[in-house]
Amino acid sequence: MGFPHPIHAGETPVLSTHFGDPAARTFDGWSERGGYAALRTALGMAPEAIVDEVKASGLRGRGGAGFPTGLKWSFMPKDTSRPHYLCCNADESEPGTFKDREILRWTPHALIEGCAIAALAIRAEMTYIYIRGEYTEPHRILQDAVAEAYAAGALGADAFGSGKRLEMVVHRGAGAYICGEETAMMNSIEGRRGNPRIKPPFPAVAGLFGMPTTINNVETLAAVPHIITRGASWYSSLCLGNPKSTGTKLISVCGHVQRPGTYEITLGFPMRDLIFDLCGGMRPGRTLKAVIPGGSSVPIMTPAEVDGCATDYEGIAAAGSLLGSGGMIVMDDSTDLVYQVMRLARFYAHESCAQCTNCREGTAWTTRILERILRGEGKESDLALLMDLADNMTGKTICVLSDSCATPVVSGIQKFRADFDAYLTGAAAPVAVGA
Amino acid sequence: MSIEATEAHQPVFVGAIRDRLETLQQSYPTRMALLLPALWMVQEERGWISDSSVHEVAAVLDLTPAYVRGVLTFYTMYHQHPVGRHFIQVCTTSPCNICGAEDVVAAVLAESGCGELGTTSPDGRFTVIEVECLGACGFATPMLIDDDFIESVTPDLVPALLARYP
Ligand SMILES: Cc1cc2nc3c(=O)[nH]c(=O)nc-3n(C[C@H](O)[C@H](O)[C@H](O)COP(=O)(O)O)c2cc1C
Ligand code: SF4
Ligand code: FES
Repeated sequence: MGFPHPIHAGETPVLSTHFGDPAARTFDGWSERGGYAALRTALGMAPEAIVDEVKASGLRGRGGAGFPTGLKWSFMPKDTSRPHYLCCNADESEPGTFKDREILRWTPHALIEGCAIAALAIRAEMTYIYIRGEYTEPHRILQDAVAEAYAAGALGADAFGSGKRLEMVVHRGAGAYICGEETAMMNSIEGRRGNPRIKPPFPAVAGLFGMPTTINNVETLAAVPHIITRGASWYSSLCLGNPKSTGTKLISVCGHVQRPGTYEITLGFPMRDLIFDLCGGMRPGRTLKAVIPGGSSVPIMTPAEVDGCATDYEGIAAAGSLLGSGGMIVMDDSTDLVYQVMRLARFYAHESCAQCTNCREGTAWTTRILERILRGEGKESDLALLMDLADNMTGKTICVLSDSCATPVVSGIQKFRADFDAYLTGAAAPVAVGA
Repeated sequence: MSIEATEAHQPVFVGAIRDRLETLQQSYPTRMALLLPALWMVQEERGWISDSSVHEVAAVLDLTPAYVRGVLTFYTMYHQHPVGRHFIQVCTTSPCNICGAEDVVAAVLAESGCGELGTTSPDGRFTVIEVECLGACGFATPMLIDDDFIESVTPDLVPALLARYP
């Protein structure tokens, strides 16, 4: 459902069916709604069979990169002489993204069940759920739910009497966007600074505590019980666009729409209908100016690119951006793109872990140049300088935070040049910003 | 004339809190992994993490104080100095910014008596800071007051909201 709004006919509620219903939060409430049947089934399945089912469903990672989930699980070694770990990524910090928190606070048992099934598939006895420190309410709810799941015997040394061990710990972050990057998260759990690690080695080979590890997003894991209960063919039949994009996706929509919230669509759903029908479109008298469809790290789209765009991995890529996390930022014609691009650059400058020179210096320098342009002190050559900096920040660092900072700068200058020119020519009034 | 109180350091990790920490150890294969949870425990107990607490955490977890400090300073939610009785964090990242977050910040600074970001009000009641995306962008403007997550704050709501935090 388009939480906090009623279900819209254009939605396909699977994960969001019980959003807003506190009764679904408890172990009993969840069980009455069909919960934990999938875990009982999975406890009787071979790990390979679970992996194959998820592979056949077409489920792809909902954290941003869209990597096929079953394939990722198949990279885990079969040998269990060393411990295996599952990490659930509940760090949700990408500007525009607020979908995982609805799963965490309304259907925590869906996540616990999904983690448990994934743990069985990758032969892990221990799951760490890493939740961002600012999510105080979801943290409490999730911790209570984990305690309930232990008390009910779904978790523990002998899950549901199966003889299989399923342990789960909620680990609280302490304020650092970068800890959403999977290797930074592993360092953070280990009690280190959240610096991303150089890959390879990949987590499936040497991850958390040096052991084989799989990291998945909250939404990815919450979809797994539905796939086990209703079958891979049901899940893969949920598709309105490219056959490589199956299932439903939570899209959290924010900014200048009349009904911001978290909507659940079948992948391939028209982006224009999502914005103008489900979300109620712009405020009266306003028109659409720009859309950042997948969290702040993806290219900005123009209204022309939104028209005819299918909301799935391939459709948005064809329109010049990315589905990313599904955090959609909608901006109307009152928006100053230069100011917003500066604000995003400042975000990345603040969140850079500072290990890589190009990222540490590039994010800060980009921010300062954008501030200078906003103050009316920019030069025509500053745009070329920003593009050159962006080039030096892309594909040259340990993780892609650096690239993420360059992305809105490049797409902003390329697609909304008039906003920049207004400051460079003095047509736009200077803004008091920065040093 | 007032005499400044010089309190002896009281350890955090004694009694029930030490027990909680050692119980948590069962969930982690290394001692170091208890560092973030231990720092949270100190902050819950003391409101901030003093240098003597850094030394205590280091001793309890078999780490060096320099190491603990290095980790502590990476994470923005740990307070390295005392803050007001109520700690207010307002999101001002782009999605909230385009929905009026800067006006909310102005209202909070005025109503709290802080005047400027990062300062504590003269009565010691509030400290206000801006933070990056709180993960509730559809409910602009969200803020945290201590552990209370409050959504859809507009400037007109600020006086009644702060009145709930004496
Ligand atoms: C800078 C950065 C921040 C990230 N933040 C998150 C996040 O908050 N949540 C998330 O699920 N994935 C995040 N990711 C992606 C993760 O590294 C990882 O790919 C993902 O959790 C894998 O799960 P999935 O395959 O289920 O999508 C981030 C990546 C980068 C580079
Ligand atoms: S790209 Fe930036 S955030 Fe990523 S590892 Fe390098 S310095 Fe850290
Ligand atoms: S931008 Fe304010 S909560 Fe995300």
